[in-house]
Amino acid sequence: MERGVHDRGGRSTDEPIDRSEHTLEDWEVLTDALVGALARCGLMNVDELRRGIESMPGDEYERASYYERWLFSMETILSEKGVLAAGELDRRAAG
Amino acid sequence: MKYRVGEPVMVADRAHHGHHRTPLYIKGKAGRIERVHAAFRNPETRAYGDDGLPEVRLYLVSFARSELWPDAGAGAGYRLYVDVFEHWLEEAK
Repeated sequence: MERGVHDRGGRSTDEPIDRSEHTLEDWEVLTDALVGALARCGLMNVDELRRGIESMPGDEYERASYYERWLFSMETILSEKGVLAAGELDRRAAG
Repeated sequence: MKYRVGEPVMVADRAHHGHHRTPLYIKGKAGRIERVHAAFRNPETRAYGDDGLPEVRLYLVSFARSELWPDAGAGAGYRLYVDVFEHWLEEAK
């Protein structure tokens, strides 16, 4: 049966599991807060967040960190809903 | 609710394209109802902009490790617990 890249439980691996903790960077804290604010405003819910993450191409998913996946999803879902225009984030980031 | 605590169940072995909360490693496996949770909005429709109604009953289901991973050696005696929505459960054969 087809398995999504996120559906990892029980998958065999010889790689060691990285259990180390790391200090969150400012952008990660802000990303978490932003998703919370969007949920509170009714613009995006946690199921949409997950669906957006699960829609990432497999190789991108594997490369991305936890909150990079959240960012990808937020941009995907908000673009879908027309809250963000296509390419708007890139244009603003290029400033 | 459809199932009671202690009842044996099977997890549906079906493909589902799109967001859902049933991990592959329990699909088609036999388990046992351990707890009846509340009903919640359905994440499978809520993930696509729907309101997720009607709410769906959620259960805590346990699985024998030997059922999930028959080849696993040591520790085969323990059980693994997963929350599963009612529409993913079937009566045990």
